[in-house]
Amino acid sequence: MAEKEKKEKPKVPRQKMPEQDPKERAKNFNEVPFGYTPELAQLESSRCLQCKKPKCIEGCPVEIDIPAFIKLINEGDFIGAARKLKERNSLPAICGRVCPQEDQCEKVCIVGKKDEPVAIGRLERFAADWERAKGDVFIPEKAPTTGKKVAVVGSGPAGLTLAGDLILKGHEVTIFEALHKTGGVLIYGIPEFRLPKDIVQAEVNYLERLGVTVEYNCVIGRIETVDELLQEYDAIFLGLGAGLPQFMNIPGENFCGIYSANEYLTRSNLMKAYLFPKYDTPIARGKNVAVFGAGNVAMDSARTALRLGADTVRIVYRRSREEMPARIEEVHHAEEEGVQFYLLTAPTRFFGDDNGWVTGFECLKMELGEPDESGRRRPVPIKGSEFQLECDMAVVAIGAGANPLLPTTTPGLELNKRGYIVADPETGKTTKPGVWAGGDIVTGSATVILAMGAGRKAANSIHEYLMNK
Amino acid sequence: MKNLSEGGGRLYKITYKREMAENTVCYFKVEAPRIARKAKPGQFVVLRANETGERIPLTMGGTDPSGGTIDLIFQVVGKTTALLRTLNVGDSIEDIIGPLGRPTHVEKLGTVICVGGGTGVAVMYPITKAYKEAGNNVIAIIGARTKDLLILEDEMKAASHDLRVTTDDGSYGVHGFVTDVLRKILDERKDVKLIVGIGPVPMMKFLCKLTKEYGVKTMVSLNPIMVDATGMCGACRVTVGGRTKFCCVDGPEFDGHEVDYDELVKRQRAYLTEEKVSMDQFKALGR
Repeated sequence: MAEKEKKEKPKVPRQKMPEQDPKERAKNFNEVPFGYTPELAQLESSRCLQCKKPKCIEGCPVEIDIPAFIKLINEGDFIGAARKLKERNSLPAICGRVCPQEDQCEKVCIVGKKDEPVAIGRLERFAADWERAKGDVFIPEKAPTTGKKVAVVGSGPAGLTLAGDLILKGHEVTIFEALHKTGGVLIYGIPEFRLPKDIVQAEVNYLERLGVTVEYNCVIGRIETVDELLQEYDAIFLGLGAGLPQFMNIPGENFCGIYSANEYLTRSNLMKAYLFPKYDTPIARGKNVAVFGAGNVAMDSARTALRLGADTVRIVYRRSREEMPARIEEVHHAEEEGVQFYLLTAPTRFFGDDNGWVTGFECLKMELGEPDESGRRRPVPIKGSEFQLECDMAVVAIGAGANPLLPTTTPGLELNKRGYIVADPETGKTTKPGVWAGGDIVTGSATVILAMGAGRKAANSIHEYLMNK
Repeated sequence: MKNLSEGGGRLYKITYKREMAENTVCYFKVEAPRIARKAKPGQFVVLRANETGERIPLTMGGTDPSGGTIDLIFQVVGKTTALLRTLNVGDSIEDIIGPLGRPTHVEKLGTVICVGGGTGVAVMYPITKAYKEAGNNVIAIIGARTKDLLILEDEMKAASHDLRVTTDDGSYGVHGFVTDVLRKILDERKDVKLIVGIGPVPMMKFLCKLTKEYGVKTMVSLNPIMVDATGMCGACRVTVGGRTKFCCVDGPEFDGHEVDYDELVKRQRAYLTEEKVSMDQFKALGR
C-alpha cells in the first residue's frame, strides 16, 4: 500500500539549497550555496519514486545508480550513499556542483514530468560532502599488481577518473601535470565560489592514497615526448583539455586589461591573485568590466570581476538569451549578483589610452537570422547600429580551441580539422598504438562529467589492452 | 622510478650562487637534471619561487647535462627576483617548468652577429655558442650602461670569434651603444647573413630599425609577461607581422623586423602599480 501511495504525485516540493545572500556573496569568494542539511537532504530524497526502470541512470554519462544512492540518503545512511556514488563516480563532490544535471539525469527524471525533478545533483553533493566532512573516506581494495605502467597526461577530470579506475585494477599509474597543481580546469578554471579548491585537493589526495603518482611541472611535448613516454609505459592516456584561448580578432584586442578567460581565471583561481598582495600574482581590478561570451566560463569571469570590486559588469553576447550556452543556474546567480546582460550585441573594435590600456569598445546591434550549422539562429548585424561602451577591463570568453603543443610533437596522432585528437568515442583509442585520449582535447570544450565518462571508457579499454598484452 | 619533477620532492636545489653587475644580477646553478638534458639554446623556464609566488619566465644562460644543473641568470627587477636573490646555496626553488618555447634555429650561414644588451647577454650566451659550434663566423657585441654592469665578458669571448664591448658612459670598451658598433661592422662587411639581438626592448627596437636599413635578417628574443607558458592563457601575446602570436609557444624568437615593440613595452608595463605594491611590502619585511 505504502509503495502505491509513493507512486502518486509527490507532496514535497523540490528543496532549495540555502545559499549566501547575493549582495553579500558578490563581495566574497566563499561558495555560494551552503548545501543541504541532513533534514533537507532526507526530505528531498523522499521525492524520488524509486522507479523500476529508472531513466535517470541512462541520463548520467557515468551511469550512477541514482535511485540506490538516494534511497540510502532517505534511510539516513549518508556514508553508504557516498560509497554507492563512488562505485561509478570517483569525483561526486565535484560533479554534484558542476554537472549540468538539468540536461542529464534531472532532465529525464519521471517526477519532472509533472513537477520539478528530484534534485539529484544537490543530493549527490550532500552525500559526498558528508563523507569528506566525517573524514571517513572509504579506500577500496586494489586488485593485485599487474606490473603494467600507465602514463596519464593531464590531471583534469578525464585523467583523474582514469587514474582512479586503473590504479584499482592493479596497474601502476603516473600522472604528468604541466602546472604546479593538479585538477586541470577544476583548479585553474572554475572559481572558488563555485567549486572550493579544497574539495578538488581532497579528491586528488584520495587518488594519491590509492597509490597514484603525480609528476608536477611536466609539459609533455617539451620535457618528454609521447614517443619517449611509450618507451617506458605500456599505455598512455592524453587528457590535456582544450587549452587554447580564442580571441575575437578585432582591432585593439591586445590592449592591456583585455584578458582571455583562461588568463583571467588562471590568475584568480590557480595563482590566487584575488588574494593579492598576499599572493604575488597581480590581476586587474576593473571597475567597469565587459565580458564577451555567455557560457559558464563567461559567467565565472563576470562573477569573479564583481568579487574583485567591479561596480559594473556587462555580459556582451551576440545572440539572444535563448542561445546562451551557460547553465540556467549560473545565469541566474550572475543576474542575482548584479551582472548586466547586453544581448544581441557584438563588439567590433576596442579603444585604448596612451598607456595601451583598454578604455572601451564599439559594438553593433544584431538580429537573429536563419539557423547556422550549430542549429542556433545566426546573428546578423543591423546596419548603422554602431554604439560605444566604456570599460577599463575586458574578458574574452568565447570558447577554447585545441592546444597544439602536444599533438604537433606526436607523430602518428591523427587530428581533426580543428586540431582535436581523433579518438574512438567508445574506447578513447587514438590512431597511435598504445595511446588513448579523452575529454576536451577530443570533443572540444564540454563538461566535467563528459570528460569523466571519456576517462572511464578509456580506462576500460586500456585495462583490456594491458591484460591481453 | 624516474622523477620528472626533479630532485624528489619537486624541489629545485641551488648549488651555486654568484652576484654580478654590482649585485643587480644574480647567477644560480639549480638542480634540474631532466631540464638540463632536454634544454636547447633559446629555450626558457618558468619558475615559481614559493607557494605564494607568481610564475615568471627566465631564460637559461646555459645547462650542464652531465651535472644535472641549469643556469639561471636574472636581473633583480621586482619582488620575485628580489626574493630569489635572498636564496642561497642549499636553498630550493618551489617549481621550475621547462624547457619551454621553441629552440633557436641554428644552422651554418657564414657570418653571424650576436648582439646582447644588459641581462640579455645571459640569453645570448648559449645562442652565440651554438652558432659558433655550427661553424659560423661569429661576431659578438655586448653592451651595458657602465663597466660594472657588464656580464659574461669572458664567456662571450670564448663563445665567439670576435667580441666587441660597449658601455654607454665610456667606462670600458667602446664609448657608445651596441648599435653604434653594429652600424660600423655593417658598413665594413657585406657578408653578414644574420643578426641576433637580445636585450631591453628599446635596444631591440633600435637595433632592428638599423638592420632593416641594411636589409639583414634579424632575430630577437622577447620576454613578455607570461602565466602558464604552455599556450593556454595568451598573457604573452605579441603582434608580429600584424598578427597576434603567443610568445611562449610561437617564440620566444621572432623576426625582429616584424615585431610591434611599442605594444610589447606597454604590455610589459601593465602591472607596474601592483609590482610596486609587492616590492614595497617585501621591503617592509626587511628583506
